[in-house]
Amino acid sequence: MEGVNESGSGGAWSEQLDVEAYGGLYRGRTRIVRLFFIADHCKSRSLELDALRLAYKDITKGENTAMFKEVVEKIGGRLGPSFVLDQDWIDSVDRRAAQRLEKLEMELNGYKTNLIKESIRMGYNDLGEFHYGRGDLQQAFKCYVRTRDYCTTSKHIIVMCLNVILVSVELGHFVHVSNYVSKAEQTPDVQDPTILAKLKCAAGLAYLESKKYKLAARKFVETNFELGSSLSEVIVPQDVATYGGLCALASFDRSELKYKVIDNITFRNFLELVPEVRELIHDFYASRYASCLGCLQKLKPNLLLDIHLYDHVETLYEQIRHKALIQYTNPFISVDLNTMANAFTTTVAGLEKELAALIMENQIQARIDSHNKILYARHADQRNTTFQRVLQTGSEFQRDTSAMLLRANLTRQDFTVRASKKQTP
Amino acid sequence: MDSLEVLVAQVQALSGSTDDLLHLHGLLKQLDDSLQQQQQHHQAIQQCLLQLDPAKHSLGFLYFLDAFGSADISMDQSESFISTSATFINASSVDQVRMAPEKFTNVCKRMRDETIRVQRPIRAISPLHIAIRKLQPSSEYLTPLHADLLQICLLAKCYKAALSVLDDDIFEIDQKKTGLTPKDFLLFCYYGGMAYVGLKRFEKALELFQHAVTAPAFVLNAIVVESYKKYVLVSLIQNGQVPNLPKYTPSVTQRNVKSCAPDYVEFASVYSTRNIGDLKRSILAHEEVFQKDNNLGLAKQVVSSLYKRNIQRLTQTFLTLSLQDIAETVQLESPKDAELHILQMIQKGEIHAIINQKDGMVSFLEDPEQYKTRDIAQQLHGQIQKIIGLAKKIRFADEQVSCDLAYLSKIGRDRPNYDPEEFEVVPQKGFTNL
Repeated sequence: MEGVNESGSGGAWSEQLDVEAYGGLYRGRTRIVRLFFIADHCKSRSLELDALRLAYKDITKGENTAMFKEVVEKIGGRLGPSFVLDQDWIDSVDRRAAQRLEKLEMELNGYKTNLIKESIRMGYNDLGEFHYGRGDLQQAFKCYVRTRDYCTTSKHIIVMCLNVILVSVELGHFVHVSNYVSKAEQTPDVQDPTILAKLKCAAGLAYLESKKYKLAARKFVETNFELGSSLSEVIVPQDVATYGGLCALASFDRSELKYKVIDNITFRNFLELVPEVRELIHDFYASRYASCLGCLQKLKPNLLLDIHLYDHVETLYEQIRHKALIQYTNPFISVDLNTMANAFTTTVAGLEKELAALIMENQIQARIDSHNKILYARHADQRNTTFQRVLQTGSEFQRDTSAMLLRANLTRQDFTVRASKKQTP
Repeated sequence: MDSLEVLVAQVQALSGSTDDLLHLHGLLKQLDDSLQQQQQHHQAIQQCLLQLDPAKHSLGFLYFLDAFGSADISMDQSESFISTSATFINASSVDQVRMAPEKFTNVCKRMRDETIRVQRPIRAISPLHIAIRKLQPSSEYLTPLHADLLQICLLAKCYKAALSVLDDDIFEIDQKKTGLTPKDFLLFCYYGGMAYVGLKRFEKALELFQHAVTAPAFVLNAIVVESYKKYVLVSLIQNGQVPNLPKYTPSVTQRNVKSCAPDYVEFASVYSTRNIGDLKRSILAHEEVFQKDNNLGLAKQVVSSLYKRNIQRLTQTFLTLSLQDIAETVQLESPKDAELHILQMIQKGEIHAIINQKDGMVSFLEDPEQYKTRDIAQQLHGQIQKIIGLAKKIRFADEQVSCDLAYLSKIGRDRPNYDPEEFEVVPQKGFTNL
């Protein structure tokens, strides 16, 4: 069921995000966080209220009272009497939680005195899960990291790494994510494809956040389809397809795009889940730039609601557009700016400015004839440039060498500027 | 008085051969103090000077002249001092003068001061020039008088006269032969740079300023700071950016020089945004500081260089462009201004273009230099010869170092640590036991 766009964002009809379906993809805490994000950032009120309603329902199934208070604040009574602050529920949950915490800590102390490694590890793990459920992410992180000392088999290490990765992603500490991913990958005999897929996704996410789009694209594209819903506490296959597709478009060159994305069978499975992205990539490769860029614009509002992607959308879009412009002009000696403006559905003046900027950054080797509105490709005259460089290098060498000889003599004579010993009072 | 008479006689007697001269030199050094005390008797000294011949008795003449000059000279006597020293410098014998370089430099400096006092600095240029040639063992040596000559040229605004001295490449620094101090070297670089700026040869100016900034030092020197300020401005004009200080800059300088010239560093960072409006505002903001440092003229040149640079970037992007667009992009006032700027640049050879006044269009052309002419071949040949000369110098310096006692003892000490295959044969040049 597609929600119809209401008064909030006027203008063109854009496909509305189906909040229930979206929320249904994810599990656990990330679902709630994502729903909050949508509620905060979307422009349509009905979407906002839908998201908050779902969030409320989810939270009441869990034990996170802090989040409960938050969601009630956000709703602000707009959803009717059944969605208000249920203080009794809060109190009972808090009490239960306190009791459980005591019990867990007691057990943990018991295990510690007995010095049974395995039990201590399990104890810390349980403690970590408890804190995570309560929403105390820092504590959860600490607990999980502590289990490291008590891991005996590689399986334990993997479990530990995955837990830490999960919490770090929620915390936004992507440095830790990359650290623990590499740690997990170095563990001997990690062969389970699901786990490998999870690690690749996490690594890709870390790269995305640090704006290393090419590396992120590579990681996403290499992810195994066995991922399924195993990491749905962080990321789902649709996300892998979207992130991977966009990053690849923005950063891969043509051959890499064909080889790694279009011909890649495993990644094709992901792309089937998000047909818009698949169409996008094929359009770009076939140089149907107008439809490609139009598709991107349609996808934009929904992508802005994704917690990992929203601050990268603009940059990625800009890079994709630049690549399209460069690719368009590449095969020609002369290009009529009018036809090009039509192909990109923009005005000639605007196009000229964009092209001028690209030429100045040396991304396009061409020159613009502004009078006739034609772009001429320009191939540097190798012979002339060689001569120029030779003369320049020669004079630089002379300059540097004479300076060096002078300095050598200065140092040999101990000719340094010293503080004056005669101080006038 | 009597001692003076005696001294004069001795000078006249002993100015014959080299041995006598050495003897005389020793005598004069001993009696130097008493000479200095005779300063109030200017008349007496002048009499003695008349008795001595500057060409034959240069050494004695020098000492007397120095005594004369180290006292306070009244205005009417300064004229006679200047002319006496000028004739002395012209006529003096080179060997004798080189025996007492500090005295010689003292005399020259005093003469320079006097010419500044009577406000005819131009009189000092020629004598100082001759003095430098006499003091230098070869044209590659630096003397303290270089800095003085350059200062005089700058005061007299005769930049061309400075050129003959500046064009010699300076390599040799020898304190004993020329009485040079580090301060003289820094002053030379600073004034030299300013002279080149006056002649609009910005690349050579940059070189000299860079020498000043990278000179070995243990403490920060005001001359270095001033040189750095001008270095920033001139490199903006010449290259459009300020390069980082090279690695061999002394650490004292590297750490502190930027904090001593904050306005300039900020000015440079505004320049890198290539926005004319911002740059002009920045100048207004720092106007006082620039004015105080006498750099306001340079700063204004920086602004005009930014216009030029922006227009040059346009030539890389466009084949033809309307004057209106150029005016907008470069933030000039009107298309007329743009036309004027471009016309000037074409005349100076900074860009290649054709202005079509009917359409108001400018067509940018490629650089017509084809590197096929005989001139280019000759230029290349000249450069190659220069570099071969440089390479010879480097080889010579390298040989000298490898024969140096300190280096060899250090290598010898580390001998056991070296792998025998890697070990180069120690050059045997200085060590024969024949």
